[in-house]
Amino acid sequence: MWSWVGHRITGVVIFVFLLVHVLDTSLVRVSPEAYTAVIGAYKNPIMGLGEAALVAAIVFHAFNGLRIIAIDFWKKGPKYQRQMLWTVLIAWVVVMVPFLIRHLTIVFSNFFGGH
Amino acid sequence: MSPIETAETAPEPASKIELPAHVGGGGEIPTFDVTLRVRRYNPEYSEESTWEDFSMTMYGTDRVLDALHKVKWEQDGSLSFRRSCAHGVCGSDAMRINGRNRLACKTLLKDLDTSKPITVEPIKGLPVEKDLIVDMEPFFQSFREVMPFLVNRGHEPAKERLQSAEQRERFDDTTKCILCAACTSSCPVFWTDGQYFGPAAIVNAHRFIFDSRDDAGDMRLEILNDKEGVWRCRTTFNCTEACPRGIQVTQAIAEVKQAILARQV
Ligand code: HEM
Ligand code: SF4
Ligand code: FES
Repeated sequence: MWSWVGHRITGVVIFVFLLVHVLDTSLVRVSPEAYTAVIGAYKNPIMGLGEAALVAAIVFHAFNGLRIIAIDFWKKGPKYQRQMLWTVLIAWVVVMVPFLIRHLTIVFSNFFGGH
Repeated sequence: MSPIETAETAPEPASKIELPAHVGGGGEIPTFDVTLRVRRYNPEYSEESTWEDFSMTMYGTDRVLDALHKVKWEQDGSLSFRRSCAHGVCGSDAMRINGRNRLACKTLLKDLDTSKPITVEPIKGLPVEKDLIVDMEPFFQSFREVMPFLVNRGHEPAKERLQSAEQRERFDDTTKCILCAACTSSCPVFWTDGQYFGPAAIVNAHRFIFDSRDDAGDMRLEILNDKEGVWRCRTTFNCTEACPRGIQVTQAIAEVKQAILARQV
C-alpha cells in the first residue's frame, strides 16, 4: 500500500518537474536573458533542497519501478515483493547518502561562499 | 430408596489420567477489559455515521465477534452485523478492525492492543446499509460476471472428471476463497472505482482458468482483459494481506495478467 502511494506521489512529482523543466528550457528560444535569469534563480539553497528532494523522488521511483516490473513479470516476484521493497529502500539510502553529502556541501558552500 | 441413576444423573467417572492444570484448559482463563469503538449508521435516524463506545470484560479466548455479540445481547440490541458460522468458513463477517480488514470470528481480542479502544467499521467501498452491514450486491455482480462455474464442452463422462495431482495443484490456492470481500474492500483502486472487478472476482476466475477440466478459460481471460479488469491492479498487496484464507491474491492476479499476455502473442 505505502510503496504504491510513494510510487504514485513520486511519479506525479517527477512529471510536474519535467513540465516546468520543459517550460524553462524552452524560454531560451523566446528570450535568452529571461532564461539566464530563471536559471540563475535556481542557484539558492531552497532550490538546492528542492533538487535533493527531486533526486530522492526519482531514485525511489526508479528502484521501485524495477520492483513492480519484477512483480509483474518474474514468476516469484509476488512472493518476494516484501524483500524487494526492503532492497529498494536500502538501495535508496545507499545512493542518497553519498549524493546528499556531496550535493548539500556544494549547495551550501556556494551560498555561504557568496557566489 | 435411592433415586434411579440415569445417564444424566450419574456422576462422571473420575479420570484415570492426571492432567496438570495448564493443559486441557484446566486453568483459569484470564479476563481483561476492552472498549469497542463501533462505527454506527442507521439511515432511519440520521444520514451521518457516528462512533459509539462499548466497554465490557472479556476472556482471553474471546474474539471480536464475541465482543460484538456481548454488545448486541447485553447492551444494545440494535447493533447490526452479519455472521453465520462463527468459525471462519462462511465469509459473512469481514469488517475493518483497527484499520485492517479481517473476519471478526477469527480475530482474537488478546492479539489486538486492548489498552486502546478497538475500532470496528464496515468494510470500505461498498454502500453501508446499517452499522456493519454493507450491500454486497456489486461484489457478487462482479463475481457472477467471471462465470465462476465449470464449463466443459466435451460429452459428459459417466464417472468423475479425472485430473492429476499436479493439475489440481495448479489452482489449489484459489479454491480456498470464502467470498468474504475482505480483499476487494481493502483495494484502493476499488475504493475509487467501484466498477473495477476487484481481487475476489479475479481469484474466482483464476480458480477455473487454470483448471484442466474447464474449457472457458479464454472467455474469462477476455472478460478480465477489460479496462475495468486485471489491468486496474496496481500491485499494492492490500488484498493479499487482508485475505483471511491466506490466498496469495496478488500472485493470482499476476498469473491472470500473464495468461492474457501469453494468449495474445
Ligand atoms: C527511472 C525510470 C522509471 C521507471 C523504471 C519507472 C517505472 C514505473 C512503473 C513500472 C510504473 C507502473 C506502476 C504500477 O503499475 O503501479 C510507473 C508508474 C508511473 N510513473 Fe514511472 N518510471 C520511471 C520514470 C518516470 C518518470 C520520468 C515519470 C514522470 C514523468 C514517471 C511517472 C509515473 C507516474 C505518474 C506513474 C503512475 C503511478 C501510478 O499509477 O500509481 N515515471 N513507473
Ligand atoms: S480471496 Fe480471500 S479475502 Fe478475497 S473474498 Fe476470497 S477469502 Fe475473502
Ligand atoms: S462468521 Fe462465518 S466466517 Fe466469520
